[in-house]
Amino acid sequence: MRVASALLISAVASGCSGNQSALDPHGAPAIHMEHLIIGIVAICTVIWVVVMVMLGVALLRGPRAAADTAKSEAWLAMTVVAAVAATVIIIAGLTIASFYTTRDIGVPKSDALTITVRGQQWWWQVFYAGADATPGFQTANEIHIPIGTDVHLRLESADVIHSFWVPSLAGKQDLVPGRSNSMLLRAEKPGVYRGQCAEFCGLQHSHMAIMVVAEAPADYDRWAASQRGDATMPADPDAAAGRGAFLAKPCAACHTIRGTAANGTTGPDLTHIGSRLTIAAGLAETTRGSLAAWIADPQTLKPGNNMPMVPLTSAELQNISAYMESLK
Amino acid sequence: MGAQNRLTERTIANPAPAFVAGALLLLIGVGALLGWLRQPRELRLDPPAVADLDQFRRMPNGISGTPPESYFALGKPYETDAYNLSQGKRLYTWFDCATCHGDGRGGAGPSFLDGWWLYGPEMVSIVASIRDGRPHGMPAFRSRMTIEQIWQLAGYVQTIGSYTPKIAAPSRNDNEHTRPAENRGPAIILFDEGPLGAHPDQGPSP
Repeated sequence: MRVASALLISAVASGCSGNQSALDPHGAPAIHMEHLIIGIVAICTVIWVVVMVMLGVALLRGPRAAADTAKSEAWLAMTVVAAVAATVIIIAGLTIASFYTTRDIGVPKSDALTITVRGQQWWWQVFYAGADATPGFQTANEIHIPIGTDVHLRLESADVIHSFWVPSLAGKQDLVPGRSNSMLLRAEKPGVYRGQCAEFCGLQHSHMAIMVVAEAPADYDRWAASQRGDATMPADPDAAAGRGAFLAKPCAACHTIRGTAANGTTGPDLTHIGSRLTIAAGLAETTRGSLAAWIADPQTLKPGNNMPMVPLTSAELQNISAYMESLK
Repeated sequence: MGAQNRLTERTIANPAPAFVAGALLLLIGVGALLGWLRQPRELRLDPPAVADLDQFRRMPNGISGTPPESYFALGKPYETDAYNLSQGKRLYTWFDCATCHGDGRGGAGPSFLDGWWLYGPEMVSIVASIRDGRPHGMPAFRSRMTIEQIWQLAGYVQTIGSYTPKIAAPSRNDNEHTRPAENRGPAIILFDEGPLGAHPDQGPSP
């Protein structure tokens, strides 16, 4: 019995560590929320223990004949008044704590770095807004943010309701079609924080992950500068042949690769797909092999997704995978 | 006498709860069965079957023809399968068909809802129109869509222009409806016979 409960506790608690846990916070909003969670659980635990002890005492003592009715009446009244007062104070305290937490995880100032995240079945489209001198760019399933800085996320949806949830950095916020929600995202230390769609959105809801890469401001600037650039012509002959095949096949009708004629908008922007950690919204690491497997048969790896199986010869498949991998 | 009456009442009233419970259980059972019998989704067609979709035969004049045998073996999935119709509806938006054909009532391109099919209402004609293009501005989508997507889109186009409403329907519009929904047979409601002799090549009626 003891072994079983220890196993159960460790199994449940193992879900609370690692890079996707609200109890392992690395961003200001998540830290505020962890404090709130721990505070409420601690207070409620104390109250529960007190109530259980009093109940136990009452059961053990059993009923007694009242010696002095007037005295016990006064004692009873005092106890009830004290219990009601304690309840009011505790509930008001928890409400106020919750209010302050909500205020602290609210929307950042308007001059913060703004990233638009658009949920789609079943991937995340990410837009970095440009300024006068610097053009904006688009990526997918991966957000890079500088550490120690408030980031303003604008959350939108192209089809159904999704929910953005990176437990280590912030709370949940829905992406609702036809409106734009706001959210504060902030990381205190560098790392890769995994997030997950938290609102059931269809067949592949479970394969709709997003990676938040928090890095030092200098690293972030370097990354953003490289993402702003167009795709370069690959030097490798296989990859160059793959570029030609990509543009000749239906791939280019749905995907954009800036710097080429491919300008489709219904699929993820592939301009720098080789630089991303994962493909197909966290389905697999980005390697030439996983890219080839995905392109060869997307409906087996992620049934129901909107990428069709495009008939390719094995040479074309190899070349296109090499090209994808070269798009750093 | 009174006691006798009460007894009779009870005897008559008693079977009711059992009957109600039975009917409720039956209803739940039927509901569960219908849910279980829902149309399965064919998310991945085998590559040889997909390749076969390209092998339909056309009449010499480019109008009508015969789908491949395998299409019938699959149960005409692109005409009768709600999932494929929904995907076709998605592709109608994704490939900007509405730029020329509007919500199906035409614009720069011909209408699908006036009852007149320039090349006939057969799937093969619609697939050929999308795949290979047609004169007067219809582009070929051969290099932009897979053949399976073309069949899905053709099934959707045929559904909105169908002379009889289909049982299978695509998903609902996210935006405002500008014409009767697909499963109501919009082409029957919006059928336009046109002035006499407008379509002499096609006879007096579609």
